[in-house]
Amino acid sequence: MAALYKLSLNLDRLLSVKFAPCRSGCCAVTSRALYSAVVNTNEKTFDKILIANRGEIACRVMKTCKKMGIRTVAVHSDVDSSAVHVKMADEAVCVGPAPTSKSYLNMDAIMDAIRLTGAQAVHPGYGFLSENKEFAKRLAAEGVTFIGPDTHAIQAMGDKIESKLIAKTAKVNTIPGFDGVVKTAEDAVKIAQQIGYPVMIKASAGGGGKGMRIAWNDEETREGFRFSSQEAASSFGDDRLLIEKYIDNPRHIEIQVLADKHGNALWLNERECSIQRRNQKVVEEAPSTFLDPDTRRAMGEQAVQLAKAVKYSSAGTVEFLVDSKKNFYFLEMNTRLQVEHPITECITGLDLVEQMIRVAKGHHLQHTQEDVPINGWAIESRVYAEDPYKSFGLPSIGRLSQYHEPLDLSNVRVDSGIEEGSDISIYYDPMISKLVTYGATRAEALARMEDALDNYVIRGVTHNIPLLREIITHPRFISGDISTNFLPEVYPDGFKGHQLDAEGRRELLASAAALYITSQLRSQKVLGNQRVSPAPVKSSCWQLCVELGEGCHDVDITKAGNIYTVEVDGEKVEVSGQWNLASPLLALTINGTQKIFQCVSREASGLIVLQYMGTLFKVRVLSKLASELNSYMPEKVAEDTSSILRSPMPGTVVAVSVKPGDTVAEGQEICVIEAMKMQNSLTAVKQAKVKCVHCKPGETVGEGDLLVELE
Amino acid sequence: MMAAFGVARSTCGLINGLRVSFRSLAQVKLGATPASPLQTSLQRDCRWYSVSHLSVKERIEKKRKAALVGGGQKRIDAQHKKGKLTARERVELLLDPESFVETDMFVEHRCSDFGMEQDSNKFPGDSVVTGRGRINGRLVYVFSQDFTVFGGSLSGAHAQKICKIMDQAMTVGAPVIGLNDSGGARIQEGVESLAGYADIFLRNVLASGVVPQISLIMGPCAGGAVYSPALTDFTFMVKDTSYLFITGPDVVKSVTNEDVTQEELGGAKTHTTVSGVAHRAFENDVEALLNLREFFNFLPLSNQDPAPIRECHDPSDRLVKSLDTIVPLESTKAYDMLDIIHAIVDERDFFEIMPAYAKNIVVGFARMNGRTVGIVGNQPKVASGCLDINSSVKGARFVRFCDAFNIPIITFVDVPGFLPGTAQEYGGIIRHGAKLLFAFAEATVPKITIITRKAYGGAYDVMSSKHLRGDVNYAWPTAEVAVMGAKGAVQIIFRGKENQAEAEAEYVEKFANPFPAAVRGFVDDIIEPATTRKKICSDLEMLASKKQVNPWKKHANVPL
Repeated sequence: MAALYKLSLNLDRLLSVKFAPCRSGCCAVTSRALYSAVVNTNEKTFDKILIANRGEIACRVMKTCKKMGIRTVAVHSDVDSSAVHVKMADEAVCVGPAPTSKSYLNMDAIMDAIRLTGAQAVHPGYGFLSENKEFAKRLAAEGVTFIGPDTHAIQAMGDKIESKLIAKTAKVNTIPGFDGVVKTAEDAVKIAQQIGYPVMIKASAGGGGKGMRIAWNDEETREGFRFSSQEAASSFGDDRLLIEKYIDNPRHIEIQVLADKHGNALWLNERECSIQRRNQKVVEEAPSTFLDPDTRRAMGEQAVQLAKAVKYSSAGTVEFLVDSKKNFYFLEMNTRLQVEHPITECITGLDLVEQMIRVAKGHHLQHTQEDVPINGWAIESRVYAEDPYKSFGLPSIGRLSQYHEPLDLSNVRVDSGIEEGSDISIYYDPMISKLVTYGATRAEALARMEDALDNYVIRGVTHNIPLLREIITHPRFISGDISTNFLPEVYPDGFKGHQLDAEGRRELLASAAALYITSQLRSQKVLGNQRVSPAPVKSSCWQLCVELGEGCHDVDITKAGNIYTVEVDGEKVEVSGQWNLASPLLALTINGTQKIFQCVSREASGLIVLQYMGTLFKVRVLSKLASELNSYMPEKVAEDTSSILRSPMPGTVVAVSVKPGDTVAEGQEICVIEAMKMQNSLTAVKQAKVKCVHCKPGETVGEGDLLVELE
Repeated sequence: MMAAFGVARSTCGLINGLRVSFRSLAQVKLGATPASPLQTSLQRDCRWYSVSHLSVKERIEKKRKAALVGGGQKRIDAQHKKGKLTARERVELLLDPESFVETDMFVEHRCSDFGMEQDSNKFPGDSVVTGRGRINGRLVYVFSQDFTVFGGSLSGAHAQKICKIMDQAMTVGAPVIGLNDSGGARIQEGVESLAGYADIFLRNVLASGVVPQISLIMGPCAGGAVYSPALTDFTFMVKDTSYLFITGPDVVKSVTNEDVTQEELGGAKTHTTVSGVAHRAFENDVEALLNLREFFNFLPLSNQDPAPIRECHDPSDRLVKSLDTIVPLESTKAYDMLDIIHAIVDERDFFEIMPAYAKNIVVGFARMNGRTVGIVGNQPKVASGCLDINSSVKGARFVRFCDAFNIPIITFVDVPGFLPGTAQEYGGIIRHGAKLLFAFAEATVPKITIITRKAYGGAYDVMSSKHLRGDVNYAWPTAEVAVMGAKGAVQIIFRGKENQAEAEAEYVEKFANPFPAAVRGFVDDIIEPATTRKKICSDLEMLASKKQVNPWKKHANVPL
C-alpha cells in the first residue's frame, strides 16, 4: 500500500492519485444490504462518480455504485490515506491536509480531482458540501452532474424564513409564528400573545437550536427579544428574528421524499427521530409508532407538495414537529441524503442512492406512490466514539484496537467507514457506524438490536453502546412514549449506565467468578513433557470473594465439565459456555438462558472488566484468602481533583481565560476546548487562585491532560 | 560497605533494647510468684523422667506455634497497620493453597552477645521463612523475610536458611523467589551477618543463568542487602512501602548534605523510572504477589527446560488486519509499538518489564501460540525509538535473560539510530550500546526479527539483524533499511550540489524501502503486516529444535 502511495506521489506532486485495483476482499464493509439488489443494467447512468465525502457515507454510496457498475473516485485528506473509503474506491485523490476546511471542504482541490479523474457526476453524501449551492453551481459550470437537487431548491430550502414562506404557499402546515424584523420588545410581546405561549425566539439566520430561547410569559419574551436581537446583529449581521409557537414535548418525525426531474415526486414514509441529545439524533426508527395511516398520508402529501413547489429532484427529507395531538408542523427540508436513510430503505426495499443516481441522470421515477410499502420495522442506532456518561456523549478518540461488527446476525445492517486499526481522530465526526436492525415487527427489530449491540465488539475508544442499549430497552421507548426530551426526562441526573437488578447482579458475579476460575485452571495447563512433574491443584470447588462497586460477595463455585454452579449470596446460578479466553465475546448460558458478555480485560490482580447489558462493570475476583489479606491493604488516596482541571476529552484549546495569579470564582470559565465541532467551556469548581496554566490556545490536548492548576 | 551495613542500626537497636528491658522486668515478676523453687524443680524432674516423649512433642508443638506467630501478635498488628502482610501471609498468597513445605522452622540464631542469648530473644525460624511450594502446580523455592522478628534483620542463621533452599533449588533446577522485608544486618552478630550476606551473594551469582531468581521488595532493603536483589534476574517493588538504597536519608544528609526522603531516595517510583534498578512496581502486597504468580507462568524452571507452552485459545493463524494500517505514511510520525505487540501476541497478554524506564525500548514477556517469548521493540512514540545508554542496557539485560533460559526472542525494529550528543558520548554510549549488540550476537535461542519501519545505521545491525545470526528476519512493506535518513545522507553524498530535493527523492526511491535489504538476503521475506502473527507462530514451531552452540570459553567478556 505504502509503495503504491509513494509511486503516486511521484506521478503527481500536487495531487496524489492512488489507483487501487478493485478487490472485493479488501472491502471491509460487508454488511448485508437491506434494500433491493436488482439493478436495471440497460439503463445508462454514469461511468464514473466522485464521492465528495468520507467515512461511512462514502462507503455507502460506493457500494451502490459498484452494484450499478459505476467506477468510483474517493477524495481524502492526508490522514485518511488508508481509510476504508479510499481502499474501496477504484481511484483516490488526496485533496489536502486533515482539517476539513482544507480537504473535504476544499472546493478547488475537489474540482481538480474531478478534472483529473474525469468523473461525470459527484455524490456529496451528507454534511460537507452536500447543501452548498456554490459547489453545485461550480459543478454545473463544468458540466458535471451534482447528485442532488438543483441549486435553486438547495437555496430555497437552505433559508429558514424563505423555506417557511414557500411551505406556507404550498399549503404545508407551519408553526404559527412571525418571522421578520421585530422593532421593539413590546412588538415582540404583542406577537407572542397573538401566537399564544409558550413561544420560541431566535435569530432567523441561526441554524438548528442555536441561540434558541423559550418564553412562557411577557417578561421572558422581552428578555428573549433582547438576547436574540443582539445575537442576530452581532453573530449573523442579519437582524431578522423568528418568534413562533413553542411545541412542548414534541416528536421529531420526518418524511423521506424522492422526486425526479420531470415533476414526479413520492413520499417514502416517515422516520421517527425523536431520541436526540443536543439536537443530534441518536436512535431512529421507521415507521413511527405514533402515526396513524391518515396522519402519515397527510404528512406525506404535504411533503410532496413542498417538493413539487420547489421543483425538487433527488432524495430529500421534510422534517416535521408533531405534538401530542398529532398536529404536525413543518420544520425544515434537508436537501440531501440523510444519515438515517437506511431505515427507510429497510422498510421500502428501495435503494435511495441508486434512485438518486438515476434521477440525477434524468431518468423517471420507477415507482408510483402505491408501490411504496411499509414492510416490517427498522431501527437505527448511531454508534459513536463518545463517552455517554458525560452529558450523553462527549467525543473520545483513539485507535480501534479490536473491532467486530455483528454481521453474523441476520437482518442486521452496519454502515461504517472504519475497520480494525482505524483511528478516530479529532478532525472528523466521531461516528463509528450506523447499526440498523430489521424485523417483521417492532419487537423483533428491537430484540435484534439488543443482540446486535451485545455482539458489537469495539475496543480502543470509549463508545456509546451503554446508552444505546439502555434506550432501546427502556419501557418508555418500548411503549413508544417518546419525545425530543426523552433523554433529559429519563436521565435527569445524567446517564449512569445500566442499573443491575438483584438477578442481573448475581449473573454478572457468577460469570466473572467462572471466568476467573477458567483462567486460573488454564494457568496450570502447561503442555509438553516436563522435567519436574507439576502438581496441579486438584480442586473442583472454590471459595471466592467478588467485589462489585461497594459490595463484596461470598461466592462458592463448583465445576463439572464446562458447567459451573455458582452460589452467590445464597442463590444458585448455573453458568456454562465455551470459555474461550482469547475471545472478546463470551456467549454464556445462565440458568438456561443465553446471555452475551464481553470480556474487556482480565488482570493478574483479579480485576475483570466485563461488558454486560451494554455497560462496563469492573469486578474484582479474589480467593477467600486474598480477599481477607486485601483488607489490610491501605486505601490509596485519590488525587484531589478540585484544584486541577483536566481535559475531559481530546481536542484543541480554543481559549484560555485565566493566567497564573488570577482569582477565579466557582463556575467561572477557565478555558474552552473544541472537539469535533463542539466548543466546551471548562469552569472552576471552587473559588481559588490560579497556580499554573499548562495549555495555550491552539494546542491539541488529549483526554485527561492537565490544563490548569489552582491553589 | 561497613557503614552501609549499619543503616538499620537505629530501628533494630531500638527494638532489641526495648525487648531486653521488658524481659528482665518480667523475670523479676516471675521470681516473686508464691511457688517455691524446690517444688517447681521437683515437678519438672518428675515430668522429665515419666513423660519425656510427651514433653518433646509438646515442645515441638510449642516451637511450631511460636514459629507461626513470628515476632508476636503485637508486631503482626504493627505490620498490618503499615499496610504490609506478614512473611507467612505473603508465602501463603504467593503459592498454591497448601503447597508450602517449610524448612528450618526450628532454626534459631546463635548470637550470645548483648543479651541475645536469652530464651526470650530466640524465635523459632528466626527472621525468615523458607521452603518450597508450587505456583500453578510448578515448583518454586521461596524465602520470605519476617519483619516482625528483629525487623527482619539478617543473622547468620537467617542467611544459612536462605542458602539452604538456594542450594536445593540449584540441585533440583527450580526458580528462587525472595520476598525481601529486612532492616539490614543483625548488628549484634557483627561479621557473622556480613558473612551471611556474602554467602547469599555467592549463591545468587552461581545460580544466575541456571535457575530464574526473582526478588520482590516488600519493605526496607538497605545497605549491603540490596546487592542480593541486584544480582537476581528481576526485582519488583511495592509502591509506598518498599525501599532500596545503599545508605539511608540520614547518612546521605551527613555525607553529602542532601535532604531527601526515603521515598525519593529509594522508593518504587525512583527505581522504576529513574535508576532502572527495579523492573516493575505494584500497588500493594496483594497485587504484587498475584502479579508475581502471573509472571512466574512465563518462566521455565531452569536453563535445562524449554520455554513453557501453556494451553492457548488464540488461533495461531489469526490474521491481524489492524497492522496493515498501523505504520503512518509519513516516516516522521510516531505510532505505538505496544499496539503492534498487543495485536500480535496471544490474547493481547503482554507482561512488560521496566515499562516506565527507558521507554524508547519496550521489553517484556508474551506468548505465541502458548509458548513464552521475549519481546524487544523500539518504541517510536518515545524519543523516536532511538537507542541510548539506558535503552541499550535495558534491552541487553532482557535479551541475556531470554537467552539464558531458552526463551525465543522476537524483535520489532523501528530505530532511527543511536542518540547523538555529548551527554550520551560522555556517558559511554559506545560501551553501553555494545552491550545490546553483544547480547543479541551471543544469543543462541530462536531469534525472529520484524523490521516495521526504520532500520538505520549501526542500530540496524544491533537490533537482531541477520548478520547477528537472526534466524528469521522479516520486513514489512514500510521498512527502510539504510545507513541513515534521506536528508542526512543526501547532505553527505551530494555535498554542495544544488538540487538537494531531487537527490533526496532519488535516495528515498532507492533506499526508503525494503528492497536493498531483501535483494541481498538480509531479510528473508517482505511480508504483509496482517500475516505477522501467523508467520511467527509457524517459525517458532520450526525453530523449537534449533541447536546452536557458541565456541567454548570460560565465559564471554561482555563490555560491562
